[in-house]
Amino acid sequence: MALSSSHDPELTLGRKIRQIPWVFVLLVTMTASVGFVMLYSAAGGNLEPWTSRQMPRFGVGLAVMLVVAVTDIRLWLRYAYVFYGLSLALLIAVEFVGAVGMGAQRWIDLGFVSVQPSEIAKVTLILALARYFYASRVEDVGRLTHLFVPALLIAAPVILVLGQPDFGTAVLLLFTGVVLLFLAGVRAWLFAFAGLAAVAAIYPVWQFVLLDYQKARVLTYLRPENDPLGAGYHILQSKIALGSGGLFGKGFLQGSQSHLNFLPEKQTDFIFTVLAEEFGMAGGFGLLGLYLLLLIYGFAVSLRCRNHFGRLVAMGITSAFFLNIFVNVAMVMGLLPVVGIPLPLISYGGTAMLMLLFSFGLLMCVFVHRDIALGPGAASGD
Amino acid sequence: MHRDSDRYRLFSRRSIILGGSQAVLFAALAGRMYYLQVVESERYTTLAEENRVSLKLLAPPRGRIVDRFGRPMAVNRQNYRAMLIPEKAVDVARALDTFSKVVPLSEAETERILREVGRKRRFLPVLVRENLTWDEVARIEVNAPELGGVSIDVGESRHYPDGIYTAPVLGYVSAVSEKEMTGDPLLELPGFRIGKEGLERVHDEVLRGRSGTSQIEVNALGREIRELERREVQPGAEAWLTVDLELQKYTARRLGEQAAAAVVMDAHTGDVLTLASTPTFDPNSFSRGLTPEEWRTLIGDPRSPLNNKAIAGQYAPGSTFKMAVALAALETGAVTPDSRVFCPGHMELGDATFHCWKPEGHGFMNMVDGIVQSCDVYFYEIARRTGIDRIAAMARRLGLGAKSGIDLPGEKSGLIPSRAWKKEVKGESWQTGETLLAGIGQGLFLITPLQLAVMTARLVNGGKAVRPRLTKELIPVDARESAVPDLPAFDSLDIHPSHLDLVTNAMAGVINSRRGTAFRARIKQAGRRMGGKTGTVQVRRISKAERETGVLKNEELPWEERDHALFVGYAPVDNPRYVVSVIVEHGGGGASVAAPIARDILREVQERDPSRGRPRAWLPEDGVSGPAEREG
Repeated sequence: MALSSSHDPELTLGRKIRQIPWVFVLLVTMTASVGFVMLYSAAGGNLEPWTSRQMPRFGVGLAVMLVVAVTDIRLWLRYAYVFYGLSLALLIAVEFVGAVGMGAQRWIDLGFVSVQPSEIAKVTLILALARYFYASRVEDVGRLTHLFVPALLIAAPVILVLGQPDFGTAVLLLFTGVVLLFLAGVRAWLFAFAGLAAVAAIYPVWQFVLLDYQKARVLTYLRPENDPLGAGYHILQSKIALGSGGLFGKGFLQGSQSHLNFLPEKQTDFIFTVLAEEFGMAGGFGLLGLYLLLLIYGFAVSLRCRNHFGRLVAMGITSAFFLNIFVNVAMVMGLLPVVGIPLPLISYGGTAMLMLLFSFGLLMCVFVHRDIALGPGAASGD
Repeated sequence: MHRDSDRYRLFSRRSIILGGSQAVLFAALAGRMYYLQVVESERYTTLAEENRVSLKLLAPPRGRIVDRFGRPMAVNRQNYRAMLIPEKAVDVARALDTFSKVVPLSEAETERILREVGRKRRFLPVLVRENLTWDEVARIEVNAPELGGVSIDVGESRHYPDGIYTAPVLGYVSAVSEKEMTGDPLLELPGFRIGKEGLERVHDEVLRGRSGTSQIEVNALGREIRELERREVQPGAEAWLTVDLELQKYTARRLGEQAAAAVVMDAHTGDVLTLASTPTFDPNSFSRGLTPEEWRTLIGDPRSPLNNKAIAGQYAPGSTFKMAVALAALETGAVTPDSRVFCPGHMELGDATFHCWKPEGHGFMNMVDGIVQSCDVYFYEIARRTGIDRIAAMARRLGLGAKSGIDLPGEKSGLIPSRAWKKEVKGESWQTGETLLAGIGQGLFLITPLQLAVMTARLVNGGKAVRPRLTKELIPVDARESAVPDLPAFDSLDIHPSHLDLVTNAMAGVINSRRGTAFRARIKQAGRRMGGKTGTVQVRRISKAERETGVLKNEELPWEERDHALFVGYAPVDNPRYVVSVIVEHGGGGASVAAPIARDILREVQERDPSRGRPRAWLPEDGVSGPAEREG
């Protein structure tokens, strides 16, 4: 088992290209196109300023996705920690040279493009954890001491992102990590214990750690209706938009809530509301259906994959994708507090789009290399 | 590979758990969507519509008030106003602070604004300052960036061109008080005025018109995007009065600064041509809002400028009551016109002595002599013969002691006492002495100047129960028919015409015969001669001691102890048309003070003859098109 790739069928570039799941590529393009249409609507029936910029980004992202799909998966296995380290470095860098957007430091301006390191960290965290657990024996995973490193791997980006402060992304990172721990086989009672501990910690943290203004913010998170002109305002307006959309919506470009600016951040966080107002429940279900197909594909790839690294990467990416969708949609429907998470593939935003397509590339890469067995030594790179 | 298959089985199991929980969460999203978009859709649709559409109330222009010839008495003027929307200003106190650096605000103004901000809904504009000059408007516009929430709009404000002369008739409009808020949003409009007194109050709803609405699509910032629907305002109706503005002004000027009242009426139609009460107030200052100082001056004046003396001033009628007594006596047969009474200058009743105004006495008097020379003893005697209840009944028939029903608020009823009244209210029985005093209109009797005019009109119009009115027509702007019905035919009072003739002829004698008490106040011009009756009412008791040493002259007394001067008159004597009543509080003698005023007014009203022809020396002003034609 020293070097298992020798007896696997070696994949040529041509064979890899033929392996690319074009149906998946089509689904991704369709979903992104829904986004273009909604950005066009959010701009009041204009390509400017969002659609016209989002489309080329998607083009670049699509190319990146396809390139990543045909790369050798061992490359990502081998350099998983390196990529992880680089993204941590970017997260630290953003503290010093980051641009402030929406009251938090989230961006690094590279001149021609601004990068959001937290979006990159979402992918590199999955890679790093998959790399770690791929190399672990199943009985080790059950041991508490073995969890020290993955806990550190998760905590580092979570804490850095929390400090930006970007509560929403930090929570997503944390949950993505937890999902991977769960998939890797960490004992179930540990999750139960951690959950209980978190609940138990609420009281002392509330009483002794949180300052008054932080408490106030938490309270508004929990009960937005109490503050209809403040934090609760946006969520109420979003609910009004959704509700007034009804079954089939008000029609394209006819959403009064969106076009009269009652919706905040309609090109990013609240784009789902624009869709559901103009195309109603039918439109919303249509988009959720597309997402569902993409998720099912991710699951299928993961379960079909014969190497553990690939499985973990595929399931990690799929779960992160799901979490993104769920948090955003639940937020605009008033089920979760407003935390500022964009809707994947639809919301306006470069880094998020690029990194999502990059992760989809990895997913496809896993699919392309599904039958390649990766021995424990595959990461050493000889 | 064994270990990997273990790992794979664990992974698969957990993947399925994960996938299952994700499916549940996805279903939750779908369910929530169904709930919002189907179950609760209607509610949210309404909310979205409310969000989108802002209803703006459009204030109707208040109807004008014009005199009988269409001369404007109350109009609207453009008014540039600075408004503040609290919601947009965020910090109201700071906004006002900034504003007062541009246009100074007094402390009282700031207080009022803050009070209004407190009681109105935050998205409704509050009036900061009105009647802005061009210069102020320009300064506010230039500083607009710093004045968040402040905007300029053009409103209309009420203006009374001859306010100080017309106030007793028109009253005034002023800001809606908290108590008057009925929930009608129109009343909550900033700077909205409603009628508080006079005809402005009586016809308030008609003059007010109906508000319009404008549905405006607004964005989240409240900025207007476009108008969706508009319901035009219905301007208030125009009120045409019976008043002759020029005569009103003439009369008010003639009364001058004295505490006085005068009413001029058409004896046949009841049209009130003039209803004056002096001194009065400037209704424009009420519309604008009084300063505390102005208010103190008004309520501190002993001549009570806020009291409309023509309808709410109650006085003893004095000798002007003698016509009522005479008619009561004639109608009941207590005396005949020729019954003679000897006047020695006083009359004894029990221990009491009742004096005539002429201490040396009038000698033998018949009814005409008694009225012409206003002999008190003659009236003591016929009152005694007639009895109080018959006198009171006749007084009431002539319109005294009860509200005339004129279309003005605040009218007082006066008082005509009777035996039953005294028993009931005071619990005492009537004394004969009181009947004697009733003969000369003294004692408990109270009448208003308007009632005196009505009485005179009923005497000279052939005994018809004419009723006074100030409003001729209320003409909706878009309609031609009038809202006030035609003049009703007045009932007859069933007084014998010869008795009425006798009394009116005697009144002509008061003025035109040498012995008449008001001979000096006669009109000499043929065809325009007048008749009338003087009255002088004591407001203090004259003690026996004073009577012996000589009664003090009015000029020697402090103002508030001087006699009230009264006069009622009519003209022309041959074919009576116009009647007038004049009361000058503490003015002195009726003959010397009230009669000349009445003469001048009657001379003027005959000159103008408002009941017949169109007015002379009056041409339509700009914007006022041919109202005189309506007269035709």
